[in-house]
Amino acid sequence: MSCFKGKYADELIANATYIGTPGKGILAADESTGTIGKRLSSIGVENSESNRRALRELLFCTPGALQYCSGIILFEETLYQKTAAGKPFVEIMKENKVLPGIKVDKGTVELAGTNGETTTTGLDGLGQRCAQYYEAGARFAKWRAVLKISANEPSQLSINENAYGLARYAMICQENGLVPIVEPEILVDGPHDINKCADVTERVLAACYKALNDHHVLLEGTLLKPNMVTPGSDSKKVAPEVVAEYTVRALLRTMPAAVPAVVFLSGGQSEEEATVNLNAINKVQGKKPWSLTFSFGRALQQSTLKAWAGKEENVKKAQEVFLARCKANSEATLGKYQGGAAAEGATESLHIKDYKY
Amino acid sequence: MSAFVGKYADELIKNAKYIATPGKGILAADESTGTIGKRLSSINVENIESNRQALRELLFTAPNALPYLSGVILFEETLYQKTVDGKPFVDVLLEANVLPGIKVDKGVVDLAGTNGETTTQGFDGLGARCAAFYKAGARFAKWRAVLKIGAIEPSELSIQQNAQGLARYAIICQENGLVPIVEPEILTDGSHDIKKCAYVSEMVLAAVYKALNEQHVLLEGTLLKPNMVTPGSDSPKVTPEVIAEYTVTTLRRTVPAAVPGIVFLSGGQSEEEATVNLNAMNKLEVLKPWTLSFSFGRALQASTLKTWGGKAENVAAAQATFLARCKANSEATLGKYGGDGAGGLASESLYVKGYKY
Repeated sequence: MSCFKGKYADELIANATYIGTPGKGILAADESTGTIGKRLSSIGVENSESNRRALRELLFCTPGALQYCSGIILFEETLYQKTAAGKPFVEIMKENKVLPGIKVDKGTVELAGTNGETTTTGLDGLGQRCAQYYEAGARFAKWRAVLKISANEPSQLSINENAYGLARYAMICQENGLVPIVEPEILVDGPHDINKCADVTERVLAACYKALNDHHVLLEGTLLKPNMVTPGSDSKKVAPEVVAEYTVRALLRTMPAAVPAVVFLSGGQSEEEATVNLNAINKVQGKKPWSLTFSFGRALQQSTLKAWAGKEENVKKAQEVFLARCKANSEATLGKYQGGAAAEGATESLHIKDYKY
Repeated sequence: MSAFVGKYADELIKNAKYIATPGKGILAADESTGTIGKRLSSINVENIESNRQALRELLFTAPNALPYLSGVILFEETLYQKTVDGKPFVDVLLEANVLPGIKVDKGVVDLAGTNGETTTQGFDGLGARCAAFYKAGARFAKWRAVLKIGAIEPSELSIQQNAQGLARYAIICQENGLVPIVEPEILTDGSHDIKKCAYVSEMVLAAVYKALNEQHVLLEGTLLKPNMVTPGSDSPKVTPEVIAEYTVTTLRRTVPAAVPGIVFLSGGQSEEEATVNLNAMNKLEVLKPWTLSFSFGRALQASTLKTWGGKAENVAAAQATFLARCKANSEATLGKYGGDGAGGLASESLYVKGYKY
């Protein structure tokens, strides 16, 4: 085979396929300490370990929510945290058939000589770290590569660097039992139209899959976490059906059928927008040889965070809000979302220009 | 768009989709004058224009055969030939809903410094030639790239040259209204096992689709003509089910779902072998987002040729033989071949070492 089939091959394939189960998706709760700090400060909450832990407990212990999640991506600190009662988060997930995932990249750095383009770091000692995370219960990983659209961007350098970085990360994960989520995020920032986004997305995805092939990655044991194909943030919006058509077409043109599922990122979309677009994607007629589901961070947590505001007495209400979003996105993966899950703030755009995690 | 959408885009998509109709396939009758000469001499028939015309008339007017074909690939001479009654072959085909295709490459030449690896010629004036062929009624084209498996082959040079060549040919075809059949044939010659063939096929196909993406080819308006994944000619045979599994896995890992159909070449397989293998692929219970059909030359014509022997009194019998092969392969595209076409001439190997077209 062109791909590497090591001792974890069957497990990787089974886990990747499971994550793509129709009706389920991923909660991206892997905000680094710095990033979660910004979220907490936006609701006037101190960025302490116990507050970070309390937020994640609120989410993971929401009654009835975990059935809609096939996986949850965690930051390293969270992988080893427990509930207030002392039960490891990882155990709660296991009991509820939710695969724990782990963010393994170490953020982006600029590519000198480019106009603010970046590459992602984290390859040093990655194999060992993955092995440790596997021991701690993680079964998939995530690594975010970032590209941007502008007059001369993305440059060929940026495309190559990021594609090869993703491929190298993916291979190391598979050697150590973790399903790699391949995330080549093309930022929505800019005045470009949807055609430009489609053009860039197709080029970037083609480069990613060539790189994955070059590196002998077992595609059946991977997932893709792409941006949806949309107009730029400074451009006029289009209907969800248009986003859906362009997005599915880009994937049909670049992503081999061997990949079991696509788990979309939400970028700066509001909670409701992300759900409605995912729903439209699943309603597109024609070939879709992979599951199309979610890996949402802000688009699953935003109104929940606001409802909580760090107060114990708000936990139940916040959990209801979170459950509603999980259920809405689950329905969207089946093309069955009817609308109406919007809580206060669900239609608020979450776009922050030039967003840094 | 990443893909070039010119004035023929809708037509290309429609024609490619039609060629990929389940139950139909392609007759590759595009043997050059030199190659058809070898065939004719094997049945002691002189290589003159009227004999070449007679053979093709026998095939194209075989009663009840054309419904099993969506396309016929022709050599340039044949595109302008007529039946004995004066009806252009192109009209015979079009009236039966069979799209005429045209071989547009000009054969292979050695790549200096390699161990007998080749690149394909035919770019000079290709655009103008395609436009002329379109005018004459052709609606698809074929260009054969050749790679081989050896200790250090295929080399990166050979893969790049042939992949980029196929992509350049493909876009020129699309600019001129012809659906390009992309044919990266990896020869069976050698003692390698099926795993090695799979490895090389995946590498080559990944390079081909990367090149097609780079050159803005509209995948929805193309077809792929690959080798099946098999052991080398000097290696022990395996069952059709094994060939089916390796072939489909390879394609699922490399061919984007936007491609409507895959039309296999038969290489040196016997008529029966090719049909049985195609049937096994279509019976395989796994998601296949493109149709799997045939583009057979020798594997459709070999016993027909022998039955004919160049004699008018044998035409009816030869046409019956040809019809049986067409029907068998049609059933194979539906996974319904019962094996009743086996035996005798149909099971004779058509393998010729180092085969030069």
